[in-house]
Amino acid sequence: MAIVSMNEKVIVAENLTKKFGDFTAVDHISFGVHKGEIFGFLGANGAGKTTAMRMLSGLSMPTSGNAMVAGFDVYRENEKIKRNIGYMSQKFSLYEDLTVRENIRFYAGIYGMSSHFIKEKMGQVLGELHLTAEGDKLVKSLPLGWKQKLAFSVAIFHEPRIVFLDEPTGGVDPVTRREFWHMIYEAAASGITVFVTTHYMDEAEYCDRVSIMVDGRIDALDTPQQLKKTYAAESMDEVFLKLARKATRAAD
Amino acid sequence: MRTLRYLLQKEFRQIFRDPSILRLIFIMPVIQLIILPFAADYEIKNIKLAVIDHDHSSYSRNLIAKIASSGYFILTNYNGSYSEAMNKIEHDKADLILEIPASFEKELVKENESKLFMAVNAINGVKAGLGSAYLRSIIQDYNKEVRTEWIQFPRFDPETNIAVTYSNWFNSSMNYKIFMVPGILVLLLTMVGANLTAINIVREKEIGTIEQINVTPVSKVHFILGKLIPFWILGLVVFTLGLGIARLFYGITPAGNIFTIYVFAAIYLLAVLGLGLLISTYADNQQQAMLISFFLMMIFILLGGLYTSIDSMPSWAKAITKANPVSYFIEVIRMVVLKGSGLADIKSQLLTISGFAIVLNGWAVLNYHKRS
Repeated sequence: MAIVSMNEKVIVAENLTKKFGDFTAVDHISFGVHKGEIFGFLGANGAGKTTAMRMLSGLSMPTSGNAMVAGFDVYRENEKIKRNIGYMSQKFSLYEDLTVRENIRFYAGIYGMSSHFIKEKMGQVLGELHLTAEGDKLVKSLPLGWKQKLAFSVAIFHEPRIVFLDEPTGGVDPVTRREFWHMIYEAAASGITVFVTTHYMDEAEYCDRVSIMVDGRIDALDTPQQLKKTYAAESMDEVFLKLARKATRAAD
Repeated sequence: MRTLRYLLQKEFRQIFRDPSILRLIFIMPVIQLIILPFAADYEIKNIKLAVIDHDHSSYSRNLIAKIASSGYFILTNYNGSYSEAMNKIEHDKADLILEIPASFEKELVKENESKLFMAVNAINGVKAGLGSAYLRSIIQDYNKEVRTEWIQFPRFDPETNIAVTYSNWFNSSMNYKIFMVPGILVLLLTMVGANLTAINIVREKEIGTIEQINVTPVSKVHFILGKLIPFWILGLVVFTLGLGIARLFYGITPAGNIFTIYVFAAIYLLAVLGLGLLISTYADNQQQAMLISFFLMMIFILLGGLYTSIDSMPSWAKAITKANPVSYFIEVIRMVVLKGSGLADIKSQLLTISGFAIVLNGWAVLNYHKRS
């Protein structure tokens, strides 16, 4: 388990809200994420997870409320936030027509990493991913599981303080999923705070703390053990079902 | 600067890795420039003519022979009745009917005057207008011949005549290709510039990579420069290729300095790329981008002065051509290629197109949001 610093909060949200016209996608959510923590962000489809994550990573302008990410204000200092975070979206977003190495070099380059640093870390990362032989292959030729692992490596290549992962293991086989979580643990161990959304309840058990969003609100936030106790449930699956059933909003 | 270098490197890699883009950039201009000028011919040829000769005299036969030998007409019907010829027009087998009355020769000789009747299929207005004009001038010519044949002493023309001799400045042989090829080249450059940029960025939107870029510290200006510079260079390459074809296939060498054309082309490309960029900020997917640029291209082409003279347009259409960047470049390239105009002569167009470049790019930058 990663060393979590309870004193230092890297993400603080207070009454963070996003409205699209009449529709309130995210409804006054407040929470804090500790440094080095693996923070699970759960919720049914359409509960507002991605919108919340996009606000925190500077892609979406909040309607109201406050949030600080890596010590910077989401309204005024969103470009500074971007220097300190990594982001892996639901859509696979590496360039399929570039090779593995070219993708890594490109993203590391635009984050301002030095050529020396890129060269050095490239070998290490490819080795860990067992992709050394595939380094000069186009990304589109890789299987999905490998692509996702590569996308994660690219998201943390510039050694950000926080990494946001939006359903990183969707459509990935169980073996690769396990390997993926192994990588998440290693990232957390190196001091990177991990903010992850998922639909897999077994993955929720791996998180240090879990929040569950229902209809744009955070209805529960605690460690997986505590949540199971509070809701008198055997598993996180049960906790989730108990909470998600209250949802009135139609899933997308 | 380093960021820009990475963006450019990535963009060029993608362009050179995509065979369809390369085909679009190199083969399309070559083929269009070689084929289009021959098809976009102002001269009307192969006009189908039906002649109803009720006279069958030597004069009427001479007239018909003269018309047939002009090279503009194909005699599709000879003799028969007027209704038969009309039937041909209705079935699109004839464009023009020339009816020669039975007393044509007799009246010409006796009364010094004779009448002919011409009926025109005006569905294709250009063909009808030009066809009947050709026919009329051939008949007038014939008329003159007949008169000179008959005139005895004194060898003066009893009627006063104003004889006009003329010379065609800047395009002495009135070769329409010298006029059309540079214009088509401008259109090509516009299409390559605006379409490629728009589609390229919108594709990144569709794939989702643009969001990944938006979450990095890359600035808007760097991102946009990273897109503009590669397509600006490609545009100039296409343009050079086009000028090469114009020289090789049509023997067109600019009368003016080639440098003048390049200066204008370089700024013009910025304006066109800005337009592509602007389209991409409004379109959510490639279909939308294609439709918008298609719509704009239609207006640009038809109101650009390539096929029709802007001076003869109604005033409201003239006002639209003022907002059409294509019209300025077509004007400039013709001025430089045909007349040899220099930078000083195209100053106002140069300033206007610079304005276009600033406004379009500025608008696109303002409308491109890293955060929604």
